[in-house]
Amino acid sequence: MSQVVEAPVEIREPSFADDREEDRPWVVIVWNDPINLMSYVTLVLQQLFGYSRSMATKLMLQVHNDGRAVVSSGTREKAELDVSRLHARGLWATMQQD
Amino acid sequence: MRRGIEARRDGTFRVRLPSDERDVLAALPGQLREALDAGEPTLYRLFPPAHTDDDAANAEYAGLVGASLLDGKVRALEQLERTAHADTLSEDDLGAWLGGLESLRLVLGTQLDVTEESYGPLDTSDPDAPRLALYHWLSWLQEEVVQALATRLPPDGS
Repeated sequence: MSQVVEAPVEIREPSFADDREEDRPWVVIVWNDPINLMSYVTLVLQQLFGYSRSMATKLMLQVHNDGRAVVSSGTREKAELDVSRLHARGLWATMQQD
Repeated sequence: MRRGIEARRDGTFRVRLPSDERDVLAALPGQLREALDAGEPTLYRLFPPAHTDDDAANAEYAGLVGASLLDGKVRALEQLERTAHADTLSEDDLGAWLGGLESLRLVLGTQLDVTEESYGPLDTSDPDAPRLALYHWLSWLQEEVVQALATRLPPDGS
């Protein structure tokens, strides 16, 4: 069985601006805080993302010295998952579109 | 004999702590769980926002993951409480120690308004000195846990 579906009254034309908006990747940022130990932040980045010790140390130092560092990127869903994994480990993390 | 935590070759971890320190470790998780049940506002640090400037997205995020975040933190605290007097810990136990100590430090550090300068010598005339001493002891113990667990990570270049 099939049903005739009426055409929607309004069709929203996709625009190039919309495409770019949706395609822009999300980045996950870890912010500096005075409580988390430097060694702990390094360990968590290694455990969660599989980064080498040197890569994780580099990102940790960026957080420590610059106040923030991008630790992962991808789709909105991936960024949200990564943020929640960082929050589960006590790190101050947010996500935003690049 | 050195106080602290040591990785053993058989995959377990040896804990060397005096029993009075273990008593403290066993008592703190229950206090924090009670505070979590009461929803005390200083606990906000355990549940940060996911977005810096989007209240609606933050509400959605909190609805999505808030309960499982809380559950994970409570479970780690319970496991820490259960194993506080153990001489041998599995890697799973020590992971719970890491998470439990993290929650305890985040809450105590937030209550004490800890800054990067708080890590110097303790000022014994400070009315917060006893709680700061506790905070520093938790920091020392968490560092021991971090160093022990770091031995289980694959070496660079492997």
